[in-house]
Amino acid sequence: MCNSEHYTLTTYACIFSYLYFVLNTDIEYFRKEMASLDRVKVLVLGDSGVGKSSLVHLLCQNQVLGNPSWTVGCSVDVRVHDYREGTPEEKTYYIELWDVGGSVGNASSVKSTRAVFYNSVNGIILVHDLTNKKSSQNLYRWSLEALSKDSSPTGIIVSNGDYDREQFAENSIPLLLIGTKFDQIQEKQRNDVLTRTAFLSEDFNAEEINLDCTNPRYLAAGSSNAVKLSRFFDKVIEKRYFTRDPSQMQSFTDRRRFNFKSVHSD
Amino acid sequence: MSFFVDSVIMGTSQVLFFGFGWLFFMRQLFKDYEVRQYVVQVVFSITFAFSCTMFELIIFEILGALSSTSRYFHWKLNLYVILLVLIFVVPFYIGYFVVSNIRLFHRQRLLFSCVVWFTFMYFFWKLGDPFPILSPKHGILSIEQLISRVGVIGVTLMALLSGFGAVNCPYTYMSYFLRNVTDSDILALERRLLQTMDMIVSKKKRIAMTRRQMYQRGEEQNKQTGFWGMIKSVTSSSSGSENLSLIQQEVDALEELSRQLFLETVDLQATKERIEYSKTFQGKYFNFLGYFFSIYCVWKIFMATINIVFDRVGKTDPVTRGIEITVNYLGIQFDVKFWSQHISFILVGIIIVTSIRGLLITLTKFFYAISSSKSSNVIVLVLAQIMGMYFVSSVLLMRMSMPLEYRTIVTEVLGELQFNFYHRWFDVIFLVSALSSILFLYLAHKQAPEKHMTL
Repeated sequence: MCNSEHYTLTTYACIFSYLYFVLNTDIEYFRKEMASLDRVKVLVLGDSGVGKSSLVHLLCQNQVLGNPSWTVGCSVDVRVHDYREGTPEEKTYYIELWDVGGSVGNASSVKSTRAVFYNSVNGIILVHDLTNKKSSQNLYRWSLEALSKDSSPTGIIVSNGDYDREQFAENSIPLLLIGTKFDQIQEKQRNDVLTRTAFLSEDFNAEEINLDCTNPRYLAAGSSNAVKLSRFFDKVIEKRYFTRDPSQMQSFTDRRRFNFKSVHSD
Repeated sequence: MSFFVDSVIMGTSQVLFFGFGWLFFMRQLFKDYEVRQYVVQVVFSITFAFSCTMFELIIFEILGALSSTSRYFHWKLNLYVILLVLIFVVPFYIGYFVVSNIRLFHRQRLLFSCVVWFTFMYFFWKLGDPFPILSPKHGILSIEQLISRVGVIGVTLMALLSGFGAVNCPYTYMSYFLRNVTDSDILALERRLLQTMDMIVSKKKRIAMTRRQMYQRGEEQNKQTGFWGMIKSVTSSSSGSENLSLIQQEVDALEELSRQLFLETVDLQATKERIEYSKTFQGKYFNFLGYFFSIYCVWKIFMATINIVFDRVGKTDPVTRGIEITVNYLGIQFDVKFWSQHISFILVGIIIVTSIRGLLITLTKFFYAISSSKSSNVIVLVLAQIMGMYFVSSVLLMRMSMPLEYRTIVTEVLGELQFNFYHRWFDVIFLVSALSSILFLYLAHKQAPEKHMTL
């Protein structure tokens, strides 16, 4: 073989191997993106026995859960949500509600297993029992556990266990606070409980809803609770799909995705 | 005068124990719950206080502190109070809280809780029939009747716990039993778990989508029940609902699988942590202790078998026997009376402290495992009952570990019970419990590696 053929062969080899390498990584990313393309994941966290399973059942099936039992591990349900309902840009999304069972005081083996579910979370619903003050206090630890395990590029840096209001202000994941067993609070204690939950929602920089999971009328269409819920899910979807996050990788697949979806002008 | 001083001392110590029980309740047991019924906390602390006072009286007996008349008086008083609490107060409150949880009986709570208490008393009385625990010269309303029955229940509990503890302790401490777990095993399991969750999610999305379409097409009312509904559904079945039930079954199976995978992952993580712990200095120390404990447990099981087979109950306590051995065989001369008092004090003290600590830890673990916000009151009261009965019967059994001169007061106060029966009963239940926990742990250990081999 003469020199020039040798030279062309090696250039072709280099070009092909480079293309192969680039395409492979791009295909990998594309495949990952396709897998996570239509997924909106919301965690439902709280102590054992506050009513997370009943709440998730109510939100997803619009029915009251007849036989609540202990949640082992994680149970998922899907809620059909109409983004921007009533406007011409209305679109249907399937929001996954991941109900992670357990308590904050669990052994570290359970905690590290639970951490598997905290990846790529788009929203968090914090549930507490209005008749049990300790469950509200434990919400700080729950949110720290979930947010510090989150692997998103804009993850917050958490100091060891101490609550810091600025952390929650910087946090980009939408939070919602739900208090259950509202019907079990007597009239005279109602004011104290509501002031306490108002402080809590201020700390978390989140909206709050107080309801009874065994009565669907609290989330009846048109009520203020339903409006808050709908607003929360809208915010989750907006953060997931329509926010230009500069730290995310911008590849050609990304740009193509934005061209396909209708971009809203705010 | 000395009686008054002694009573003051006893009173302060009781208040101290009450405070300790209160703190333990608040800090450990009810960590995650709000105390709404203070009755529960008070009852628990009272049971704890009076049980600990009994142990304190035994220690005073050995040390010879306080005068013997006041000791005897306080023994009797303490015994009456604790029997009152264990038989009247705690069961009544357990019945009351159970009944309050059931909405049906909410109106006539008191009435139904009295009914529950009477049933409890009936079964409690019947408990004494099959056991030869009393000599016939006791009347029907004597205190021996009550103590004997409480003793039977408590001794059974003690033997069950000791049997399980004797087998579980070396199993937990020794690293010989630890399976080998690598990081890749855990990662593989976690990946499987997430894949299962993803499959569940996609199936649920299909169900939601199908349901929405059915709803929009107005087919939602096809869930007919009753006779006509069945006949109608045979002729006009919509494919949507058939698909739905099929997918729902798949989802149920997948959810069960995800639960199993989650539990296995937790198991593997715990084993990995134990392996890491066993490589540390503390871990090696406990591993070493584990070998000693296993020898001790095997010896205990062996002794229990011998006791039953050869139908003998030990007559002398370990302290006197140890002293006898050292004096007779090793020829070391020392003041028997002085040393027996101190050694038995130390021995009995160690037994008391470890049994209290062990019981409290076991109760706490048990409480965390099974309680919920609704049943926490009932469970705490049940635990208080168990604790009281446990402590009363450990006093009964401790009689064997004390030299003769100190046994008299226990015999005097508790009346003439057939103490030998209790020791025999303890040995039998201990043996049964130890053997069944060996079998149980063996099965669990065997099953676990097989599960991982199918991965």
